Amino acid sequence: MESALVIVIGVMTATGVYLMLASNLLCYLFGLILLSNAANLVIFVAGRLTRVVPPLIPKGAEAPVEPVANALPQAMILTAIVIGFGLLAFTLALVVGCYRELGTIDADNMRLAEPLSEPSTDSSPEHRGD
Amino acid sequence: MGWLLALPFLWPITIGLLAFVARRQPHLSRGLSMAGCAGLLLIAVSIFMQALDQGPVAAQMGNWPAPFGITLVVDRLSAIMLLLAALVGLSVAVFALADVDQHRETLGFHGFYQLLLAGVCGSFVTGDLFNLYVWFEVMLIASFALLVLGGEREQLDGGVKYVALNLVSTLFMLMAIGMIYGLTGTLNMAALHLALAEVDQPAAIHMLAVLLIIAFGIKAALFPLYFWLPASYHVPPVAVTAVFAGLLTKVGVYALIRTFTVIFPPDFGFARELLLVAALATMLSGVLGAAAHYEFRRILAFHIVSQIGFLVLGLALFSPLALAGTVFYMAHNIVAKTNLLLISGTAKRMAGSFELLKIGGLYRASPLLATVFFIAAFSLAGFPPLSGFWAKLMLVNASLQQAAYWVAAIALVTGALTLFSMSKIWSEAFWKPHPQSTENTDASSGLNALPRAERFQRMAPAIVLVAITLALGLFPQPLVEFSQAAADELLDPSGYIRAVLSPAAR
Repeated sequence: MESALVIVIGVMTATGVYLMLASNLLCYLFGLILLSNAANLVIFVAGRLTRVVPPLIPKGAEAPVEPVANALPQAMILTAIVIGFGLLAFTLALVVGCYRELGTIDADNMRLAEPLSEPSTDSSPEHRGD
Repeated sequence: MGWLLALPFLWPITIGLLAFVARRQPHLSRGLSMAGCAGLLLIAVSIFMQALDQGPVAAQMGNWPAPFGITLVVDRLSAIMLLLAALVGLSVAVFALADVDQHRETLGFHGFYQLLLAGVCGSFVTGDLFNLYVWFEVMLIASFALLVLGGEREQLDGGVKYVALNLVSTLFMLMAIGMIYGLTGTLNMAALHLALAEVDQPAAIHMLAVLLIIAFGIKAALFPLYFWLPASYHVPPVAVTAVFAGLLTKVGVYALIRTFTVIFPPDFGFARELLLVAALATMLSGVLGAAAHYEFRRILAFHIVSQIGFLVLGLALFSPLALAGTVFYMAHNIVAKTNLLLISGTAKRMAGSFELLKIGGLYRASPLLATVFFIAAFSLAGFPPLSGFWAKLMLVNASLQQAAYWVAAIALVTGALTLFSMSKIWSEAFWKPHPQSTENTDASSGLNALPRAERFQRMAPAIVLVAITLALGLFPQPLVEFSQAAADELLDPSGYIRAVLSPAAR
């Protein structure tokens, strides 16, 4: 079971990275989803995969009857999912905003913040009085 | 005691939420922002005094004993980082009153700003890797919002690059955390120090080290992972750039220091070799980028990168003197760097542009501003007797002690190139006459032309920060001693571990 899940994680990571390397921001977004789910699965597998009961203490006992499932990775994944979802929503809104304002979602065409030929750097050697 | 350690994030979050509610009442939200930052400074000072008195102090939230519950720890390094964060927070908040326009204030600038401070301070006090991740996210989402707040075209463009690369770092960190948990069964940093030393799987530990170096290296802007920084830091209002420059990358460095002193076993040399190469490349490539550019803020952005190299260098050399140098450099750099960006904002206000070729005559317009810039810039370049000199002296000395002459040489070359790019700003922006002064004389008519309140809001933080730079430079001894004590704590984390894991700490 572990090895199957590990292979799934590997495939998801590889696909996610491949998609994130595209210059299209929507592809990036889908890659992000895959990668963040892969990360969540990593935590899940790290908490050991068992088919046992939840860690509940029976009435009258001091401690739960072994073996029990580890609840901590699930709590962590839940946090990570919530945070990841928030970040994903923000990124999606940002991509939409980019499309509205800049008219493109192709990262190669976004050169406003870093113009390819800055007038200042082009003419710098001549203008520098030293 | 427990409450005091929780206050550095509870207080800004509370103020931030109130500021969101009050965002349409400008006076109220500005007052809240001031109250929040001033209160944070008080909290940071009292925690600092306590850490100075007692060494590492820990608090267990909800009285859950250490490896299971949420732990907050403050040792000397966290304490001084908290203090610096609160100081930068207050200075930039005052500056933001003059610099951030009303449109951005009604969109919730002050609220996001407080959340950013909460995330930064939370990262410094947490004693647990997963909580570190959560605070990183709080900080990250607030910084995303601040970066694109206002929605100008350039901001969106820079924002995409910032968001895209920082999310990758987040995911790497999450994966590393999952694997560390799988390997050891705990995420408490102090418990990890004991648990990881017993794990006999060098391959797994090396892989985790690489994953964490990538994750924190992206946050800290290490070579070759820094390209998001010069692409995005110059797009938001300058107050936002100043607080980012002062704090965000340093949180990444702080996480690296924590990881490779407290968490990983001390005889683990592989990560330090990797960090050494990365630090040297960061120093050189950052400063070369600064030398090549001709825009005030982009030069400063590249300098952030090159100085991250110095900070990581101390960690990579890993001797008491080198780590002390890193702590000293951190204090010096946060103060001087924030100040330089604040000055660049005032320079833009007076001269009308960030492009060095289009501005000039600032010395004649305002000798005060020029003096403040001069001190901060030459401190950054490492001129004696300013604070940067002592910081660099400690690091170069540490590398000479280990006979790492190449390291010392690269550090000195970087210092010289820093001086070159700073003198470029000096001669272009301050010394030469304003290129358009004939038709546009009031463009640089001086600080006195600004309204009185704005003049105060712009200059008071810069003067306070420059006074700190001067004080650190002229009287370095107290901070040097403090840094050495902090480095000793980092190299021998037994006090830290005792504070967290002993039952008396509950």
